[in-house]
Amino acid sequence: MAALSSPLRTCRGILKELRALQGPTYKRSLAYNYVMEQFRKNKVTGERYCRAQHEASHDSHTYLCLLASTRTHMALHNLYHAKGEISIEQSAGLVGLRLPTQPGGKGWEK
Amino acid sequence: MLRSLVRLQSHVGSILSPSHMCPRSQQFRFALNYSSATAERRRFYQDVSISQGEGGLYEINLDRRKLKTPGGKLFTVPNEALAIAIATEWDAQRDTLKFYTMHLSTLCNTALDNPTQRNKDQMISAALKFLDTDTVCYRVDEPHSLVELQKNEWDPVLHWMENRYNVTIGSSSSILGPEIPKATKDTFRQHLNSYTFWSLTGLEYVITQLKSVVLSMGMIDRHLTVEQAVLLSRLEEEYQIQHWGSVEWAHDYDMFELRARTAAGALFVHLTSESSTVKRKLMQD
Repeated sequence: MAALSSPLRTCRGILKELRALQGPTYKRSLAYNYVMEQFRKNKVTGERYCRAQHEASHDSHTYLCLLASTRTHMALHNLYHAKGEISIEQSAGLVGLRLPTQPGGKGWEK
Repeated sequence: MLRSLVRLQSHVGSILSPSHMCPRSQQFRFALNYSSATAERRRFYQDVSISQGEGGLYEINLDRRKLKTPGGKLFTVPNEALAIAIATEWDAQRDTLKFYTMHLSTLCNTALDNPTQRNKDQMISAALKFLDTDTVCYRVDEPHSLVELQKNEWDPVLHWMENRYNVTIGSSSSILGPEIPKATKDTFRQHLNSYTFWSLTGLEYVITQLKSVVLSMGMIDRHLTVEQAVLLSRLEEEYQIQHWGSVEWAHDYDMFELRARTAAGALFVHLTSESSTVKRKLMQD
């Protein structure tokens, strides 16, 4: 069985991601209310909510992973890939190379 | 280059769109709508909300307008959780709409429009094709440390899978891969038949992302987390990274994209296949 972090941590993680997406008014969003409601409902109480706790926990973990990965992926995308085609110098620089500059070097011949 | 091509295509699309005369041009427009997934549009709405329409299906509203699929159908989803997750995706877009980050919406569009016009049987066959070339069944002969790593990491999942479904899969280091018995495929075919069309759309998506039926089913059955499944799917790459170092703009970029896609697929399967019921305790005298 998959090792999952505690529901509280997952819940906090999701709320953090929602806040990053929606800014300070995130508490008024649909998703915030739904997530809070679900986490409250699925707490173990005398009244048993007929859904295995593990399932709910796994799903919330999956949703957290979706939000966090999409955010990180976008950040990497904007950092490296969103600026259109980069120059030859920059692409050489990415792999730690420099273009020859001195006259008479390779690529200089007429 | 690619970007300018896409821009050109969407440009052509907007010129052609008023022509509804022949079905062929409509089909062409349909294809264009799908091919413009990498193009970006300006965000044209302020508020995103959901509402429950006919037949208990949920709809997404952008301001006062109802969201539609690229094929022109009304965008409807079967339950509230999925509707909220999709509304969040649309709400999360800043100045431009980045469709390539909206995985759940994309999956719903695919399920609603069914652009490749397939039925359940065809989808199951397509998904099971991956079993013949399943990532966790193909092993290497050398180097020794990678052989060990694959054995230690993949065998437990494979054995769990074989026990769970009572089938034989096995692994092999030959180029032809392991011989998968017909009984195994029949078992899986029967099992997949119990999924709805929507869940199958998600499941097939996950399988094509992870390149593995075993890992996908392990994750859908909640034996593996998304992170674990992605790690196991990229095991050889991770091994090479340990040796040669990680490059953020390639390795990490790929990994987070794969995680996002896999998580979206898994969530989609779970949300479209479950039915949650509240069972109250019986009154005791």
